[in-house]
Amino acid sequence: MNPELLRQFSKVDDVVWELPKTFKHDMQVPARIYGTPSIMKDMDDTVVDQLTNVACLPGIQKHAYCMADGHSGYGFPIGGVAAFDPDKGVISPGGIGFDINCGMRLIKTNLKLKDVQPKIKQLVDTLFKMVPAGVGGRGFVRMNPSQMKDAMQGGAKWCVEQGYGWESDIGRIEDFGAIDHADPAKVSQKALGRGINQLGTLGSGNHYLEVQTIRKGELFDAKAAKRFGLEEGQVVVMVHCGSRGFGHQIATDYLNVFGPAMKSHGITVRDPELACAPFRSKEGQAYFHAMACAANSAFANRQVITHQIREAFKHVFKEDPKELGMELIYDVAHNIAKLEKHKLNGKNKEVLVHRKGATRCFGPGRAELAPLYRDLGQPVIVGGSMETGSYLLLGTKKAEEETFGSTMHGSGRTMSRTQAKHAIRGEQLQKDMEKRGIYVRTTTFTGLAEEAGFAYKDISEVVRTMEIAGISKPVCALRPIGNVKG
Amino acid sequence: MDVMKKGFRVLEGIAMADLAFEAVGKDLSELFEHAALAVESAMVDVKTVKPKETTTITLEKDSVETLLYEFLSELVYVKDAEQMLFSEFKVSVAKNKGWQLHAHLKGDTINKKMKLGTDVKAITLHQFSVTQDKKGWTARVVVDV
Repeated sequence: MNPELLRQFSKVDDVVWELPKTFKHDMQVPARIYGTPSIMKDMDDTVVDQLTNVACLPGIQKHAYCMADGHSGYGFPIGGVAAFDPDKGVISPGGIGFDINCGMRLIKTNLKLKDVQPKIKQLVDTLFKMVPAGVGGRGFVRMNPSQMKDAMQGGAKWCVEQGYGWESDIGRIEDFGAIDHADPAKVSQKALGRGINQLGTLGSGNHYLEVQTIRKGELFDAKAAKRFGLEEGQVVVMVHCGSRGFGHQIATDYLNVFGPAMKSHGITVRDPELACAPFRSKEGQAYFHAMACAANSAFANRQVITHQIREAFKHVFKEDPKELGMELIYDVAHNIAKLEKHKLNGKNKEVLVHRKGATRCFGPGRAELAPLYRDLGQPVIVGGSMETGSYLLLGTKKAEEETFGSTMHGSGRTMSRTQAKHAIRGEQLQKDMEKRGIYVRTTTFTGLAEEAGFAYKDISEVVRTMEIAGISKPVCALRPIGNVKG
Repeated sequence: MDVMKKGFRVLEGIAMADLAFEAVGKDLSELFEHAALAVESAMVDVKTVKPKETTTITLEKDSVETLLYEFLSELVYVKDAEQMLFSEFKVSVAKNKGWQLHAHLKGDTINKKMKLGTDVKAITLHQFSVTQDKKGWTARVVVDV
């Protein structure tokens, strides 16, 4: 960040920086960024411009936030959190992202590193074959439009009914794997056409499926880890993907609706990607119901992928996935908007929380949490680069007080895709990673180079920032040993 | 890279996690062809896409900007819905009542012989522009990948 720009922030806390409403004349609330001095120094200036544009949107409450993994996007920054008054405020597809309910899922096994390492190539090759990845990409689930509509309402529950997963999975997914206000009538034929063949596919970009382990000394909260059934040396599987073409098309469709709708509602925004509509308007409600369809299809997508992962382990280790202890730890959405109750000026108030590259992280006791974890707080799965690793965190009460119960979602980029491609060739990166004990399969070597570890922030520092702020706390780090890159 | 050689160039410093490009054309038809090539080139090495099948796209919009945005969005849609990627583009853009486009695209369904790149999720309106000067037309586009 430009030092001149940084000087305009006031330090609220060790890792909390605030820009006042006076920074732009139409800001409704101040803007806050979470970061250590070095994270602030490395954050691109565009984040500040985009975040302060968000702070100008009608009905925004308290602050516009950017988490420590923030980087510039379009419209909202990635890592952005904004809550709106549902009666006086807006809903904005740009505050959710094109990949609606892009999220993370973590599946455990009772296997240890020593069991998996000798078979890692066979395992990753099998996963690569069974979970389609890359451009386009068709899954094995064949659906007719009526079944697709059932899937967009039933989400992960629909998948379990079809035999893709276990009953016990449902209680381990945010919103129990299905948001109840999904309305297929608000979804276009085009979205249906893009999504109908893609259930059970990873996609590409930064989406991946990763086999990971917990290294010695990297289990930070022994009590919580025990509750999750996690210990050092254990092998887990992480999935990062979303609603695929179906969600992308819904976002595209409604951005096109919201552009003209803004004129009729007398709203102006500083960036076309911030197109929005009053939440209670016809357009706002239509998008909210269509967005839920996309969110549920993303839950369904990760559920079918989980089924395939279990089948792959069964094939490689010749044992039933239940015997292999392949229970879900949790599944989180990090591109979504939700109506939630939060305390504002001492009163409980319903707000529409937009999280774009940010994760819900409620503290212990919230009714929305599954009974299984209610006393612990929400499990938060954050994905790092495929070279450096990821984390399992827990939400806190302070997050509910400070950030509308939101925290980071990953590590955040510091280098563009093109820069990364110029810095290393994908083929070389694959060899280097294998030498370091990470076996990678990819559909695209240029895409692999774009995801090199050096293109991302240090995830440990991002995790530490949010811990210092008291927003989320680490349970354990998860280090990659095998990766299927989309 | 010479922008005129390919008809487009990738832009740095615009989109951290996404892909920005600038396409040029002596006229609008050529501009649209080059912009289409830029979008397809993000997803595949177009040299590996055989021009086996033809897809036709016809659009009419109020502005050149909307026409280009919708045309490129259509390529993204066809990639998922029809599993088609393209390597040859014949586009004609003309002003009638509104701005009209007729495009004949040649390509193939996604297959293992293709050298694939990164999936494009959407064409964004972030810093989207179409401009004209004495040399011809220029478009700036950011795609979400």
